[in-house]
Amino acid sequence: MGAFRSIFTSLFMLIFVSVALAQDVGVLVDKLALGNFTERGAAISALVSSGSPSVVTVLQALEDGRLYARKSDHKVFIATPSGDIFKLADPLSNSDSGQAPKTDIEKIKVNNSLREMISNAMSSLTLFSKDAKVRKDAALAILKSGDASALPALEKAIAAENDTAVADIMRIAAAAATLKSDRPEEAKKTAIATLAQQTDRDTASLLTAYAASVSDPLRSQALAAAEKIEVALSTWTAVQNIWFGFSLASVLLLAAIGLAITFGVMGVINMAHGEMVMLGAYTTYVVEQLFQIYVPDASDYAIVAAIPSAFFISALIGMAIERSVIRFLYGRPLETLLATWGVSLILQQAVRSIFGPTNKSVTTPSWMSGSIDFSNGLSFTLNRIAILIFALAIFAALILLIRYTSLGLQMRSVTQNRPMANAMGIRSSRVDALTFGLGSGIAGLAGVALSQIDNVSPNLGQSYIIDSFLVVVFGGVGNLWGTLAGALTLGVANKFLEPFAGAVLAKIFILVAVILFIQKKPRGLFALKGRWVDA
Amino acid sequence: MSAQSFMPLLGRAGFIFLALLTVVGIGVPTLNLFTTPGSLLHVPDYVVTLGGKYLCYALLALSVDLVWGYCGILSLGHGAFFALGGYAMGMYMMRQIGARGVYGNAELPDFMVFLNWKTLPWYWHGFEYFPFAILLVVLAPGVLAFVFGWFAFRSRVTGVYLSIITQAMTYALLLAFFRNDMGFGGNNGLTDFKDILGFPVQAAGTRAALFLLSALALGTCFIAARVIVNSKFGKIIIGIRDAESRTRFLGYRVEHFKLFIFVISAIMAGVAGALYVPQVGIINPSEFAPSNSIEAVIWAAFGGRGTLWGAALGAIVINAVKSYLTGALPNAWLFVLGGLAIVVTIYMPKGLAGLFAGWKTFPTMPKQAIDLGEAAE
Repeated sequence: MGAFRSIFTSLFMLIFVSVALAQDVGVLVDKLALGNFTERGAAISALVSSGSPSVVTVLQALEDGRLYARKSDHKVFIATPSGDIFKLADPLSNSDSGQAPKTDIEKIKVNNSLREMISNAMSSLTLFSKDAKVRKDAALAILKSGDASALPALEKAIAAENDTAVADIMRIAAAAATLKSDRPEEAKKTAIATLAQQTDRDTASLLTAYAASVSDPLRSQALAAAEKIEVALSTWTAVQNIWFGFSLASVLLLAAIGLAITFGVMGVINMAHGEMVMLGAYTTYVVEQLFQIYVPDASDYAIVAAIPSAFFISALIGMAIERSVIRFLYGRPLETLLATWGVSLILQQAVRSIFGPTNKSVTTPSWMSGSIDFSNGLSFTLNRIAILIFALAIFAALILLIRYTSLGLQMRSVTQNRPMANAMGIRSSRVDALTFGLGSGIAGLAGVALSQIDNVSPNLGQSYIIDSFLVVVFGGVGNLWGTLAGALTLGVANKFLEPFAGAVLAKIFILVAVILFIQKKPRGLFALKGRWVDA
Repeated sequence: MSAQSFMPLLGRAGFIFLALLTVVGIGVPTLNLFTTPGSLLHVPDYVVTLGGKYLCYALLALSVDLVWGYCGILSLGHGAFFALGGYAMGMYMMRQIGARGVYGNAELPDFMVFLNWKTLPWYWHGFEYFPFAILLVVLAPGVLAFVFGWFAFRSRVTGVYLSIITQAMTYALLLAFFRNDMGFGGNNGLTDFKDILGFPVQAAGTRAALFLLSALALGTCFIAARVIVNSKFGKIIIGIRDAESRTRFLGYRVEHFKLFIFVISAIMAGVAGALYVPQVGIINPSEFAPSNSIEAVIWAAFGGRGTLWGAALGAIVINAVKSYLTGALPNAWLFVLGGLAIVVTIYMPKGLAGLFAGWKTFPTMPKQAIDLGEAAE
């Protein structure tokens, strides 16, 4: 019962206080009309410290020059001109308060120092907005400026805040503001301790800057806190690099995995593999265009429809290439390389003739755009996450297909011993066509994913082909797990080198490293076990 | 030496090729310089420049054929050697510009002034001397080929693996030369040349001389290559192409033979690049593009692998077609080149030379030398 009563009492108190406040604020607003700039400044301060959210409208109007005072009774209104007369509105409630001729009212003037005061005040006042996002932004603005005058408002806002995430940001902002205020040393120590919990570069530099301006013991405490943040930051940078590396690895894996089938399993060097990727990307583009014309409401799901379309188009074209070109060249890998290079030129030029040489852009569906952000600046974009999952799903599906389906069994048997497979009744030429179609189709799927992060252009495939070959050779030909390991190694290594060497040099290092690695292990990371002899 | 003793060395086709080359090499510059424009016999200036360019491509194709057609090494990085030779020559000509550049800096090439560099990088020193530049034309591709080949052949990287890493090599160089920090003019490369050995590069006389020199280089390299492949050494090279392991089991150090032929071939490509740059007036990183190297392989395949003269002929024919088509039907060129690559590999494994051979067999040409069916891997 006691608890009940106390809640009831405080509720009553709250209502009472806010009514009282509204009246007070009305009086305070009217004070804006009187006196010189200094007195007006005092009136603004008083308004701000009232903490009432409606003050924002008043100050905004004042800043915009829409605030007028009625000469007869010095009451303040927001006035909007309509011909010769002005419509008056109550500045707090925005309710209609009649109208007045131009001569009866006078604009309330502000100067530059008042303007600055208003804009600072606005950020502390928006701390009380009804919208949590506005409150959060206001706290962030204070955190950035470290404006000590906002401290009282912030403390009020923290007490009133019921969203813990926003309250946390407010507490940090308050700590930052405390450092610049004239509060006692103890308060500053607590503030530094609060800031030390953060892990972002801004806080670290704020603390370092603060350390330079004060003496011990605050100085050493601030420095220690900055150090602690830097250490945490470098950990997060490593995490970020690993993530970027995984993201690049997933792209490499997607581009290389189809190649791992055609090159690794069949021994066919397909220089047109990149063009299969490119065709997949163009299929995505076409499907998206079709969706926009026929079912614009569902265009967010065009990409879902693009996945099977790209697979089948690339697979069909791949099978056509296998039947018309590659099957005449089995056992002659170097000739295959040249012939498929010719195919790649023809496909590029064909696409250029049909779609034009300019880049096409595929819009990212709304459910795939955006990112997961962490307070320490870590950010995972959703489309990259989707691509990573997509790549792993394709990889898993492929492993299962090769291991557990009859097509997979036939593929493996033809790879291992073609004459014996023929003798067992497997039509090896059919298996060849299907295997090549599978590899090409997977390249098409890679195209769907790449269209989300890269420009769709006739040259799209060219930028991936050398990387994909290196991934397959590095990982070990004929071994899908090797391809996965190769993609991961090269992707992560590349992203770890980039901060030190820059993107281009990092890439050069990786290329040289792979060239050297192949000298050491010509059969790649995971060579197939067994004996063989060349020629 | 009389023509009679040349015959077994060159083969009949090779002899015809060399004779034609002599006629063109002397005839074109003469008809350009010593006839009046407008007369029936006059060869216009642009034909001289274009022809000189084709001759350099022919030498590049010849160098590709030497390693691929005779030793089975499908290098997809020969464009890199070509470009390195070109850069060495370009650096010499850059230094010759001196104070005549846009910024008028006697010491630094324009692009370095533009990048706000104060001193010449160490690797640019010496390029003011022509003999030094010529040395580097030979050394830069030669040393790269030696180092690369030494590692690759020693660890028995063969077949498509070698092709892929040569491609990766030229791709890495492409990226490297694109960087401004490398000090080779970045994206724009080296250009705005004024003169070579004191002769203005734009002058008709210089152009004609460069044409003659290109023909001479092609002819010399052709003879040198024929000498190599006809020697006992050449037989071992061909043995390696047809059965690498067997040759090794016979006691030959396969990697040494391969390395030698690879380095010789790279130097030839470098010389081609060095002659190419003064004639086209620019060298930029796009010469390192992997597709350029593959294109050179297609020239050799089209002309006829393992014939040397066929590769040179293939380069000239394809580039003449390219010059015509990129002007007349720009969209058709890639279809033609791509189609050519397919048709040649499937239906014309012996290339143009095979067409001629079907019409007349060459007594000095052993049949297996062009029968490459199952050679690699």
